Amino acid sequence: LREKMGLKRIVVCLKQAVDVSQLKVDSASRQLLVAGAPKKMSDFDKNALEEAIRIREKLGDVEVFTLTVTCEDVKAVLREALAMGADKAYVVSDPSFKDVDTFGTAYVLAEAIRKIGDFSVVLCGETSLDSFCGLVGSRLAELLGLVQLSSVRKLAVEGDAIVAERALEDSVETVRAKMPVLVSVTREINQPRIPSLMMIMKASKKEIVTWAAADLGVQMEKIGSKIEVVEVLAPKTERKRIRIKGENAREIAEKLARALIEEGVVGR
Amino acid sequence: MSEFGGVWVFSEKHDLALEMVGKGREIADKLKTELEAVLIGEGVKEEANELVRYGVDRVYVADDSALKSFQLEAYLGVLHGLAVSRKPEVVLIGSTRNGKPLAARLATRLGVGCVPDCIGLSVDEHGRLIGERITYGGNAVAKIGFKAKPQIATVPARAFEKSEPKDRRGEVVMLDVKVEEPKTVVVEAKPLETSSVRIEDASVIVSCGRGLSKKEDRVLLDELAVLLCGQVGCSRPLAEDRKWFGEWVGLSGHKVKPKLYIACGISGVIQHVAGIRDAKVIVAVNKDESAPIFEVADYGVVGNLYEILPALKEALKKQLG
Repeated sequence: LREKMGLKRIVVCLKQAVDVSQLKVDSASRQLLVAGAPKKMSDFDKNALEEAIRIREKLGDVEVFTLTVTCEDVKAVLREALAMGADKAYVVSDPSFKDVDTFGTAYVLAEAIRKIGDFSVVLCGETSLDSFCGLVGSRLAELLGLVQLSSVRKLAVEGDAIVAERALEDSVETVRAKMPVLVSVTREINQPRIPSLMMIMKASKKEIVTWAAADLGVQMEKIGSKIEVVEVLAPKTERKRIRIKGENAREIAEKLARALIEEGVVGR
Repeated sequence: MSEFGGVWVFSEKHDLALEMVGKGREIADKLKTELEAVLIGEGVKEEANELVRYGVDRVYVADDSALKSFQLEAYLGVLHGLAVSRKPEVVLIGSTRNGKPLAARLATRLGVGCVPDCIGLSVDEHGRLIGERITYGGNAVAKIGFKAKPQIATVPARAFEKSEPKDRRGEVVMLDVKVEEPKTVVVEAKPLETSSVRIEDASVIVSCGRGLSKKEDRVLLDELAVLLCGQVGCSRPLAEDRKWFGEWVGLSGHKVKPKLYIACGISGVIQHVAGIRDAKVIVAVNKDESAPIFEVADYGVVGNLYEILPALKEALKKQLG
């Protein structure tokens, strides 16, 4: 019956990510100062949320729920999501999620989505701003047994199906799949809105549902990391950093041209 | 004694598979095991022989008309079935837009880890695969090991060089496969309306960012690129926001490794820099002397690209004769 009714509920997976543009590096040790770095909604996920809201604006009578798995305080990100237009935010928060990898994250997301239930589309960002793994969407599709449309840069709902444009390396593919589906989107798909003050005020009345691992019956052995991070270091930069100066553009250009010829990177 | 054995390579893009074979051979030799390839498609006999010439000991071939083009469920079914019966120690999968979901889902179905987009692969003293990948938006390189087998890693195009093909022998095993029904219908597939030359192949790239005021002004870059037998590229805002270009250079776009990369009016956000880190020489031209691009450039010019580029073209023309 639900298929005949078309799209009813969208669950958008949101990650709170390290704002990599503000990440500092200790140059002596090449260690990243992740602990003090500001965080924000992973921008690919923001595109996914924007797309869900646009679908609702077009079709009406669609619920947009967000879902976050975390061990941190994510209230600001959820408030932003609600201000953008999400109807309700779900968060599964547990200290035991501290070292989860992409498998554990997808497993908890899957359990939460099953509990939320009654969804037609799960929307994800293609990858995350900080770890840039791009695995969770696929793992989630596998765990939920969902048809998956990845690298989607354009999306339309046609009756009980999703029609999507996928950007591949050397072609653009238009694909159609019956709902329920999992869709992961690229940043090209849209330009996310910036919530107005009015929207922010309205959002303060919206509901945030918080679950702990136990509420979902999460099996701890399932969330044990399957990988081991051996080392994370800033890359060595061995650039010359030579400033070329001169009286005018011509003088600068002549010095630069000479340097490039000496480097052997121009000409035959 | 581990029950797992063999290093596998798979990519639906044959060229990428060949690139992985060289690295795969090295890993297989270190682990004292065989290098195997999985080949899925229709009429792929010649590709199988080629994989052998490049260093594969055994090629598993799933040849079926229904496998002619990539289908996630069908390809996943073949790889998963084979992985369950053969128990490979390492699986390397080409990190394409189709290959990555394939790897992630294979890892999930097998209940193991996956390290995506490895730009380096090695074996540690315990015989464990270590994948090296760029993370935190290019701020760091992470080395990641696995806790279970198969150890699944994905490898982007151009991460490793193809080795030299040799006249050598290997085994080709034809698989008897049941093809799973596709769950998505490809309505249309259009080749990308980009230039036929790939920017990854360019030895010189003249690239522009937001410092370029008008789309038409790219002619300045075109002229220099033509002189240097190179190509023109851009940063993400010019492609995604202004739609002046179809694709861009950067972590989320094309990762390039030219001999010379000239960044004009590009501020140098970390995602862009991560895409050019393998360039031999980087030149930055920017009006803003505090632009981060200067930190990662070999030669920096604080100046207006509208003056510097034409002057550089003239100077190179003169000096190169």
